[in-house]
Amino acid sequence: MAYSEKVIDHYNNPRNIGTLDKNSKQVGTGLVGAPECGDVMRLQIEVDDATGIIKDAKFKTFGCGSAIASSSLATEWLKGKSVDDALKIDNMDIVEELALPPVKIHCSVLAEDAIKSAINDYRIKNGLAPIEDNKKHY
Amino acid sequence: MLKLPIYLDNNATTPMDPRVLEAMIPYFTQDFGNAASRNHPFGWKAEEAVDYAREQIAALIHADAREIIFTSGATESNNLAIKGVFEMYAEKGNHFITVETEHKAVLDTCKHIEKLGAEVTYLKTDSQGMITVQQVAEAIRPNTVLVSIMYANNEIGVIQSIKEIAALCKSKGVLFHTDATQAVGKIPVDVVADGIDLMSFSAHKMYGPKGVGALYVRRKNPRVKVTAQMDGGGHERGMRSGTLNVPGIVGFGKACELCRLEMESDTARIKKLRDKLETELLTLEESYVNGDREHRLPHVSNMSFKYVEGEGLIMGVKNIAVSSGSACTSASLEPSYVLKALGLDDELAHSSLRFGLSRFTTEEEVDYAIAHVKEAVLKLREMSPLWEMFKEGIDLKTIVWSEH
Repeated sequence: MAYSEKVIDHYNNPRNIGTLDKNSKQVGTGLVGAPECGDVMRLQIEVDDATGIIKDAKFKTFGCGSAIASSSLATEWLKGKSVDDALKIDNMDIVEELALPPVKIHCSVLAEDAIKSAINDYRIKNGLAPIEDNKKHY
Repeated sequence: MLKLPIYLDNNATTPMDPRVLEAMIPYFTQDFGNAASRNHPFGWKAEEAVDYAREQIAALIHADAREIIFTSGATESNNLAIKGVFEMYAEKGNHFITVETEHKAVLDTCKHIEKLGAEVTYLKTDSQGMITVQQVAEAIRPNTVLVSIMYANNEIGVIQSIKEIAALCKSKGVLFHTDATQAVGKIPVDVVADGIDLMSFSAHKMYGPKGVGALYVRRKNPRVKVTAQMDGGGHERGMRSGTLNVPGIVGFGKACELCRLEMESDTARIKKLRDKLETELLTLEESYVNGDREHRLPHVSNMSFKYVEGEGLIMGVKNIAVSSGSACTSASLEPSYVLKALGLDDELAHSSLRFGLSRFTTEEEVDYAIAHVKEAVLKLREMSPLWEMFKEGIDLKTIVWSEH
């Protein structure tokens, strides 16, 4: 199976690999997936308290090229967005941007889950209720 | 000069030896006859070529030429052996024994005959991929008709104790079949000394053409018969009808002859390269060889690089053609059933690469592979959250994962 140019670019030059301080109140961490499924994503956001804007985002991913590209792209999109706008990122946006084939859609789902999980971690740390996710992906 | 990409997936298929191609060429256009045409020189010439190839093939495995039944490949041979025995020996019994790490051509054929009333025992291997004679002995019942155990595994290369298992079967009056697709041409296989009754093998795994294989069917002590799975002209002693693939068979014969003459020198050289590759890659932290390293094919290495996902790794070594036990392409994301059968942790099963070297692999290619696999593993570990957790001393088994 051939990968799209964008997937290859993110794989070769991943954006925002790294680790933020998970104990900081400004940082939300999402860890999704499972080793037995062959992909694990950790996505972190750092939120500016005053503005509610995501000022930094980092990821680390264990998985195939599409999983790495999906999380790399997600961090790019998150930076500079408000938390509320970040919640609107849909997995199909990632599928479209990276031209993921049907067998790789789960990689984009994982990235969306990672975003929501990171935001909820941030919300809970700051005394807010987590957002319920009732979206059905399939 | 190094030519990219490098082919290290020789368990999937091997390139054809140019000498094999040369032997085949006249049989496409010039000597194109049907080997079953008895009335003219075109047919005689084709038959002669097939007879010669049969001798070449028989010589490699120490069989009698009349014991070679040509098929389209090892998948067909496995089907013919298992289904053919199931039908032919139905009066004797309906119990079969095989191993859970067999190729799908054996496992799925066994599943098929189970639907038709057979009982099949699937033996479990140990963590090195080996089964013991004792396990087979305990599984044999009065109604057992066939034990089918592969000679060497296609994913990890482990070689089973064929001679001992075959001797046990003989003492119990049970037929013994082995899928020797990965072994024939690579290591000495002797159907007489090993006591094999039925054996599947294929040309394209030993520098011959695709689309041609054989089933060895013992003629004496005991005389084994299988029920044909295709009806037609009664070719191949009535066990496999269909016009013979003469050029393919000629190529198969030539490939066997070359393996017989060159196996020893090829093996010594290839094993040295395999060992170099393995030793170098084992210098990476948390890297492992899968399967028994002592009883193993000389040209195969299946390795896991923990905390790096196999498919992602393959993408990182795009100039090296290898295969991974991890295929993250289906909804289930199941890693290799062979590696799972060895009881490998999921991280390890998803982190595996299979290297298969060949007669044509050079040291320069192996050096290239070593350097690039190392580079890709290190790069991917920098991006792996699992690697970071491991480095922080977190036990991954204590984490509640959100499966999706």
